Order: sequence, then C-alpha cells, then structure tokens
Amino acid sequence: MSARGVGEIRAGLDSGEFTSVEITRDYLARIEAANPALNCFITLTPEVALAQAEAADARIAAGEAGPLTGVPLAHKDLFCTDGVRTSCGSRMLDNFVAPYDATVVEKLRAAGAVMLGKTNMDEFAMGSSNENSHYGSVRNPWNPERVPGGSSGGSAVAVAADLAPAATGTDTGGSIRQPAALCGVTGIKPTYGRVSRYGMIAYASSLDQGGPFARSARDCALMLGAMAGFDPRDSTSAEQPVPDYAADLERGVKGIKIGLPREYFADGLDPRVAEVIDAAVDEFRRLGAEIREVSLPNTGLSIPTYYVIAMAECSSNLSRFDGVRFGHRSADPVDLEDLYKRSRGEGFGAEVKRRIMIGTYALSAGYYDAYYLKAQQLRRLIKNDFQQALADVDLILGPTTPEVAFELGAKTEDPVSMYLQDIYTISLNLAGLPGLSLPAGFVDGLPVGLQLIGNYFAESGILAAAHAFQQATDWHLREPRQ
Amino acid sequence: MALKSDDVRNIAQLARLHLDDAEIERYAADLSSILDLVAQMQQVDTSAVEPLANPLDAEQRLRDDAVTEADQRDKFQAIAPDVADGFYRVPKVIE
Repeated sequence: MSARGVGEIRAGLDSGEFTSVEITRDYLARIEAANPALNCFITLTPEVALAQAEAADARIAAGEAGPLTGVPLAHKDLFCTDGVRTSCGSRMLDNFVAPYDATVVEKLRAAGAVMLGKTNMDEFAMGSSNENSHYGSVRNPWNPERVPGGSSGGSAVAVAADLAPAATGTDTGGSIRQPAALCGVTGIKPTYGRVSRYGMIAYASSLDQGGPFARSARDCALMLGAMAGFDPRDSTSAEQPVPDYAADLERGVKGIKIGLPREYFADGLDPRVAEVIDAAVDEFRRLGAEIREVSLPNTGLSIPTYYVIAMAECSSNLSRFDGVRFGHRSADPVDLEDLYKRSRGEGFGAEVKRRIMIGTYALSAGYYDAYYLKAQQLRRLIKNDFQQALADVDLILGPTTPEVAFELGAKTEDPVSMYLQDIYTISLNLAGLPGLSLPAGFVDGLPVGLQLIGNYFAESGILAAAHAFQQATDWHLREPRQ
Repeated sequence: MALKSDDVRNIAQLARLHLDDAEIERYAADLSSILDLVAQMQQVDTSAVEPLANPLDAEQRLRDDAVTEADQRDKFQAIAPDVADGFYRVPKVIE
C-alpha cells in the first residue's frame, strides 16, 4: 500500500475506515521496525500518542474534527515537550525533560494531532548532514550509505520512510529545505516571525524559523495553517493574520512570473541536478508561468555572512548551558569556573564547540566591527538583492542544493566544504523570506529538490505553485524501497 | 588567517569551554580555515550600508509591566543537577 498523506488520513478517519488509535499503532509498529536502521527517532512517545489518539477518536465521533484531528506526526527534538525528554541532539540535554510545551507543540496538540515521538537532528541544529548528533547519524532511506541532510534530518527521513505523514522542523540556514530535498519530501520554511519560536531551543535567534515537512504541498499547507500565528511569548513574532493556506492552493501558476537567479545555475551546481531543474522549469512554463532571469549578485557572500551571524548568535544563546540549572553537569568540579568549563566541554560536541568559538571570537573586543557589524551590513545587501528581484517576479525558483545526498563521512573532515552545501538556502534566512523545497526528479536514484522562494508572508503563493507542480507530476509520490 | 594554539586557548577561556591539547590543535586549524572563508566579506565596501539586525526591520515590542508567570520553582528545579532548600547548589565561591 502506498504511503498516506495527511489529507488521506483525515478522510479515512472521517469515513470510519480506521480509527486514530489504529493508525497510530500502525505507525508506532513501523517506526520500531525501521528505526534501528534509519535512526531517525531519538525518543518514541507511545503512551502520549495513544492517549492523544483516543481523545482524537472521541472528538471525531462527536463531529468536532479539525484538519489535523487524529493525524500522527513527529516533532524535531528541538521543540520543548512538557514531560518528555528534549535533547536537541546533544549530550548536554540528554537528561533534559522539558518543563513546558513549545507554542508549535501546543498548537498542533490543540489541533488534535498525535505525537509519535521526537526526531533526530544535528546537535543544536548545527549541521547539514545529521552526522553531528549525540545519538548517531541518521541514514537516508533512498540509500543508507548517504546522509539525509540536516539539521532536521530525522524529521525528513521519518516522512520519506513513511514513519509519519508529517513532521515539524526548524530552519536556520536550510535545515528544513535541504533535508527535504535530499530525502525527496516537501518542506517549507516560512517568513521569519510567521511561526512562534517560543519553546524552540535557540541556535541563531534572528534566523531561526519553524516549519513543516510532509508528503505534498497540500499537506504542508494544512500543517502550516495549524503552526503559524502571532504569539506574544515570542518577541519577534509577526502580528499578521494567518491566511487559509489550504483554501488558496488551487490558484495555479497561470500568468505568474517566476525568476531564475543566474547565480543559482552557475559553477558549483552539479550539471545533472541542473538538468532536473531545467525540466521542472519547462513544466512550470507548460502550466502557464512566465519564466525570466533575475540576479542575486551577493549570493556568494551569503555563506560567510551567514556563518558570522549564526555563530555569533549561537555563542550568545548557548551561554545559558552552564551546568547549574539544567542539562549536563561534570562530576567533581574543583570550583565554579571549572564546573562551567568542564560541563560545557563535555556536554557539547565538536561542531557546536567550533561554532561557539568562532562566534565568541567574532564578538570579542576589537573584532566586533570587522565581523558581526560587517556581516549585518552585508545582510542588508543580500536582502536588497531579493527585494529588487521580487519587484520583477512573483516567485524565484532554483535548485535547493548543489548536489544530491552525499556519502556519510564525505565532508566531516572539512567544515568549510560542509558549509558550502547551504549556498542556495542560507540567503533566505538572512533576508527572512519564505522558501519551500519539493521533489523534482532524481539523479542516480537520489532525490533532487527544487526551491521556490516568495516575498514576505507570500507562503500561499509558494504553496499554490508547488501544488500546481505536484498536480502535474508524480515525483512527490515516489517512495524509497523498504 | 592563522590562529595559534594560544589564540584558541584564549577564545576557549572567553567561551568557558574546557578543551584538551589535542582539541586545541585541531581547532586552531579548523577555526583558521573558517576565518579564511569569512575574510571574503572584506571584498565589499559596506561603509554606507545600514546594518540589518532583524530581517523585517521590526521594532522591539513592549508589553505591560504585569505579572504573567506563575511560580513553578519546584517543577523547574526538578530537572536541575543539584538543588537544596529551593536553591541551585554550586561549588563554594566565597571563602
């Protein structure tokens, strides 16, 4: 039987084909069978899931079902879950049972969704391959010798391997879109401020944004509708009404203008990936979109700019982990400073320490102007590039990543080569714009992701264009062999 | 830009990170290559550009100065490494 999407599960629940308890048990059994090989879940929550499923079945029986009632899903282990371990992929938080729910968790629970468990991720969301987790690497279901991408690799794999119909993720520099691309699923990073960051363990606060993974743009629309909205507990939450994303899906792409940034099709892009994207562009043209070229001249500078800002903010955010109030504490400290230093030295993995140190250096006396201030100035130039391009076109289209999923271990020795994987995704976080990745074809049996970028709060238009493409093609319906 | 072991020790001290000697050596090389990447930023003259801190140029929102949080000390301290009588316990700091 082919994998069910969110919409199909809702239809099955409403028609009485199955109950939420039945389908939840079904997913839990599949996870238990597949997780030893894929390692995409850190923690399973069967008791919570079955209790929520029972409550959902009661709501459905009472005729009070909403668009997600009774639908099982998985949360990235970065969203705080009251009473459930929230590790953030780190030894530092291996023993951390969150004392409250993230807003996203609360909203999805209120919508009736069922939590299956918490998914694996790069430690503190720092990584592009999911090889930086304290709980081990996650495997790509299309080829277990390949990485799933990161940092939300576990969530992408859970959806790709049909261990959950949808999952939450977070995206600071591509951490939803890149693993979605590498695993052949659909994922959207909304506009900065669209989804509350409350209870999302912070990495780089001016870039972090939560969003969903699912099997289609339609399912992403249902998920995003439940996740988005103003939250007074997040100081940068946007005071903007949430449109009905699902109702806006059928707008199509006839007559809309799509821009191809010439910098996204230049050196560094695998020509086989370029062919897949070119074919998808032809499909959009057939669907009635008008294609033209645009330019984002500062694309190359987005990598150094991003890493300075992200590392500076991470060094500041992660100073809260001090071994005193929660998290890992080293044994037998000789004094308070020793307690701080050894708790942090033992609790954090190699990439996290690398980023904390670069960030500390960039913010230290005498270097602030040359690094952090400079990066913030370049950040405005990058934003201006997008504003100029989006004055001429409705959407921007390109590859999500320069190549398909690479082999485990291929880039772990050279952090800079890993950072270069994020070339097409990180500039959106700097600009705060929304972007979606969808499956557009294959190279060597591995999925290729196509990215659609829109203006601020233009998620409806992005989802509608993705939906139009998915109505005309079946790449998103392909499944890895189990 | 090449960082020396002493630079790395100094940064680790500022970040309150314990590193062993092997780590110091490795980070000296890693951090140097990251700083080389970052040096590309200097190619562009940004002297006339206003820095961007929030992508939407949003202003900080203020809230009423009112109590909104309930006391949950026991719940929060239940996950602390070491507490006594409602306090977080750390090694002695005053002789």
